[in-house]
Amino acid sequence: MSEKGKEAIAVLSTAGKWGPVVALAWIVPGGGHFLMGKRLRAALLFACVMISFLTGLLMRGYMFEWQTGDLFTTIIYCGGYIANLASGIPFLLARWVGYNEPDVAGHMVDYGTKFLVCAGLMNILAMVDAFEIATGQKD
Amino acid sequence: MPKMGLSHLETSLLMALLISVVLGITTKKTQSEQLRYGLKCLGYFAGTVFGLGWLMYLGHG
Repeated sequence: MSEKGKEAIAVLSTAGKWGPVVALAWIVPGGGHFLMGKRLRAALLFACVMISFLTGLLMRGYMFEWQTGDLFTTIIYCGGYIANLASGIPFLLARWVGYNEPDVAGHMVDYGTKFLVCAGLMNILAMVDAFEIATGQKD
Repeated sequence: MPKMGLSHLETSLLMALLISVVLGITTKKTQSEQLRYGLKCLGYFAGTVFGLGWLMYLGHG
């Protein structure tokens, strides 16, 4: 096995160290950074993800359902669902209170859908950053 | 539930601002690097929005 492969396995084997950080980073946007004492970064990440998510909700954005079919449908709907799910607790809360806007045409709804997806994608970036900090790959 | 209505420009700039902040925080190490990279991203996003906006306006004649 190559050196890089061995390094990757060594990093992944310390799941006890980065697991809780990444899990918290998913559930609460910025939570992973907060757990590691990086309060300012945590607050900014939380604010960005929440503003994006709430803007999406206020614009009546559509939340994707897991749906398969042809390749295009599968990529759009499954990808969108994963991105929505990556928002963590805001997504789960919105689902829990019954938010379920229909997928209708209109530029505001369309923008709202993008804001909801964008919130999840930004949280994925935050999770990756938290993982890198927890494993010592980043300061 | 209240409904929000923003113009295309406001929506694009809000999204650009949020993404720039997250990109700055997650890709750079020091605070000054983060700030500089965030501002650079915001500038690129805003420049693209205005550039494409004018291009579409002029393209329509």
